[in-house]
Amino acid sequence: MSLRTFKLPTIDFINKRKYAMIFSALLLIVSIISIGLQGLKLGIDFTGGTLIEVGYQQTADLQDIRTKLASANYTGTNVQYFGSDTEVLIHLEPQASSSAKLSSSIIQMLGDDIDMRRVEFVGPKVGEELTNDGGLALLYALIGILIYVAFRFEYRFALGSITALIHDVIITLGVFSILQIEFDLTVLAAILAVIGYSLNDTIVVFDRIRENFLSTRHTEPMPIVNDALNQTLARTLMTSLTTLLVLLALFYLGGEVIHSFAGALIIGVLIGTYSSIFVASSMILVLGISKEDMLPSEKEKKEIDARP
Amino acid sequence: MNHYPIWKNILIGFFLFISVLYALPNIYGSDLAIQISGTGDYVVQDRDVKKIKNTLVDKEIDYKSIGLVNRNILIRFEDSQSQLSSKTLLKNTLSRNYVVALNLAPSIPQWLSNIGGKAMSLGLDLRGGVHFLLEVDMEAVVSMAVDRYYNELRTILREDRLYKSIRKEDNLLVVSFKTESLKTQAKQLIKDELSDLVVVEGSETDLQLSLEISSSAQSAAKSGALKQNITTLRNRVNELGVAEPIIQQQGSERIVVQLPGVQDTARAKEILGAVATLEFRLVDEKNDLQTAVQSGKIPVGSKLYKFKDDTPLLLKSAVIVTGENIVDAASSVDQDNSPMVSITLDNAGGRTMLETTKEFLHHRMAVVYIENKVETIVEDGNTVKKRSKTQDIINAAVIQGTFSNRFQITGLDSAREARNLALLLRAGSLSAPIEIIEERTIGPSLGADNIQKGLISVLVGFSLVLLFMGWRYRVFGLVANLALTLNLVTIVSILSMLQATLTLPGIAGIVLTVGMAVDANVLIFERIKEELQLNKNIQKAISTGYAKALLTIADANITTLIASLVLFSFGTGPVKGFAVTLSIGIITSMFTAIVVSRAVINLIYGDRKVEELAI
Repeated sequence: MSLRTFKLPTIDFINKRKYAMIFSALLLIVSIISIGLQGLKLGIDFTGGTLIEVGYQQTADLQDIRTKLASANYTGTNVQYFGSDTEVLIHLEPQASSSAKLSSSIIQMLGDDIDMRRVEFVGPKVGEELTNDGGLALLYALIGILIYVAFRFEYRFALGSITALIHDVIITLGVFSILQIEFDLTVLAAILAVIGYSLNDTIVVFDRIRENFLSTRHTEPMPIVNDALNQTLARTLMTSLTTLLVLLALFYLGGEVIHSFAGALIIGVLIGTYSSIFVASSMILVLGISKEDMLPSEKEKKEIDARP
Repeated sequence: MNHYPIWKNILIGFFLFISVLYALPNIYGSDLAIQISGTGDYVVQDRDVKKIKNTLVDKEIDYKSIGLVNRNILIRFEDSQSQLSSKTLLKNTLSRNYVVALNLAPSIPQWLSNIGGKAMSLGLDLRGGVHFLLEVDMEAVVSMAVDRYYNELRTILREDRLYKSIRKEDNLLVVSFKTESLKTQAKQLIKDELSDLVVVEGSETDLQLSLEISSSAQSAAKSGALKQNITTLRNRVNELGVAEPIIQQQGSERIVVQLPGVQDTARAKEILGAVATLEFRLVDEKNDLQTAVQSGKIPVGSKLYKFKDDTPLLLKSAVIVTGENIVDAASSVDQDNSPMVSITLDNAGGRTMLETTKEFLHHRMAVVYIENKVETIVEDGNTVKKRSKTQDIINAAVIQGTFSNRFQITGLDSAREARNLALLLRAGSLSAPIEIIEERTIGPSLGADNIQKGLISVLVGFSLVLLFMGWRYRVFGLVANLALTLNLVTIVSILSMLQATLTLPGIAGIVLTVGMAVDANVLIFERIKEELQLNKNIQKAISTGYAKALLTIADANITTLIASLVLFSFGTGPVKGFAVTLSIGIITSMFTAIVVSRAVINLIYGDRKVEELAI
């Protein structure tokens, strides 16, 4: 048997779910503690402030830049290399007089021979709005998905998939909090994409669980769920692998601007794959799914019978 | 079995043909170009093309082509050297009726653009440029409207001597009366002639009325101010010379300004946000400046102003003319090489100026530069608007002779200041102060980097997936690869047709779609494998594999689509760009991964006896 046609062994996922639950609980606790204690390193999209990226001809002298900024009385500045040592990212908190002109005067102060690569200025009010809009977007996406899954499957499936999603979002945020990676609008977009992706995975498994319930005489939920997980395992892994391939390309080749975006997606895809195997299906077992719940209602049954 | 009717194959072929055709414009590069358009009502014509052609030929500047395209003159160049030198040349030779701007022009063959083929429009993060979000200070708009009504109210009530006093309290006008009958009379008059003013409910006492501007009049004033500011901004952007600027309203008090390819962002910021104007006043020569400064008592009819270096000067309160009377302004230098601005006034302004200069010959007149600013700052955790007004005397000189509508002013610090002032006076003033509340600028070098990195990551990610699929699913994998390639082409063609803006997050969305699009094929193929293991007939395995996977694919994709539509409606900027390509990608992937791959599989395996599937 070659590597290409390898057969996945049948795994008893359900009996291992205790370990998975402990593992998930640990990850969640660590994430929540980190988010609670040190929070997220929010980017200027949410806090307001100014971001300046400049390119130098030779290696940039960060100390010199810091001194210049300090002598001009700028507070809350953060100067670091960005991608290479000829590129510098300057981050300023909202200043006492925070206006769009700030960046022009800083670039002028740094000298003529530098290349202005990027300037972002977000006023305090806009930052507030973007935070609200971002939170709302997350909430609405979850609600929309909840409704669709409850409508297509059953409420227990909806709860199961939402649990898995919240699990994924919290842990992804947790990783961002622990590693103190900057959280900006594009990362928020990535998290929403993770929701979509993780859900995709979960739905495929659920679909199979429903199908198995309807096609076998067995009524024990555990072996049915386990079969479904094993039957979809090849697909789950293949898809995660192809998605990870492109994400890795994006992470390593897409440039600094897209770095944390791709990072969030990679973390999210890994956790999403794990959660659709272990979390979502455990959840519907906990909620007590049974064959009866899967049987179509009388009306639907007639429609199915009427099909050729 | 496993056979598509001919019409279905033709239809699929037709869709794919269209996709390829409209994705095609993107493989042609673009030329460095200069775009010349008319300002205001002026539309460039053929004779302008001839004139410009001659100018370029005279100066021996090489160009690729020149012609009228969509009411613009487009000149294409081989290299940036000739592009830049032509810009300087044309800017100096053409009158101010023309806007000369650098641009990139896609070099699509004629036949393709005839059938509507267009390249994707690139976002500012890919081509470089500035994005501003400006907010109009609506409190100031209302407050100015209150001032206006204050004057009108006084005028109509004065005729019959109805009121005792009128004062302005915040945005209310409080009117007191001597008798109740006068109040009733005034109320009727206000109702008839100033219906925009309404009595604040419950505020009426025996001899007093509090009036406020009705909410409809308030919103009319606000939307009027917004529209006028947009017009002014458009004029100013035209003066800056930007190709394809976007200036549009967002919400009820904000304006988005996008200037692709602008390099001097500092100047753009100075120009866009400035609420600057001039006032001409006579110098108060009767009262003693020293006494006024020391005692702090300013004589009636005068106001204390300062030069930029803080030297005080008493000026008369009455204004001779203001910036609103200025119809044209141009900056230049005088004999001593110091910067100056030549002013042209309208008829009314010219008349007043003539009368004043006759009457006050050999007296001094001052030019006051006024600038309004508004800034949002954080104070004790709350955001507050901070307004400030600077009024500097830029020059106070003795009137040497009479003049009317044409004259020069000097006393400016630099040529840059003179240039900016002339531009602001020409473009008209903003009706209310505006503030830049968000800026995103991408320098041209980063834009080019982003395009290159985006392209490379799409290509590498795409190739990895192709290799993997071919290895894992053999013939079926190759079919999936074909579907994936067509999916990419279809996304590009739809983006081009919709002229949706492609951004870096948008490219990330495409990359993600590539990863996820194979999911549909993976689902189908794994299902076919399963069916084969159940020892089914091969043809039946293919069709059940497709049929059973279909619902799952639909469910999975619709939920992802819900998430990306939410992203689209709530997101701004980067989030939106990502949502657009992701949504389009999900929809096209359903078509290519299910329908197109099935059609190809049918062509390969359908209608014949197959011993073994290469899967």
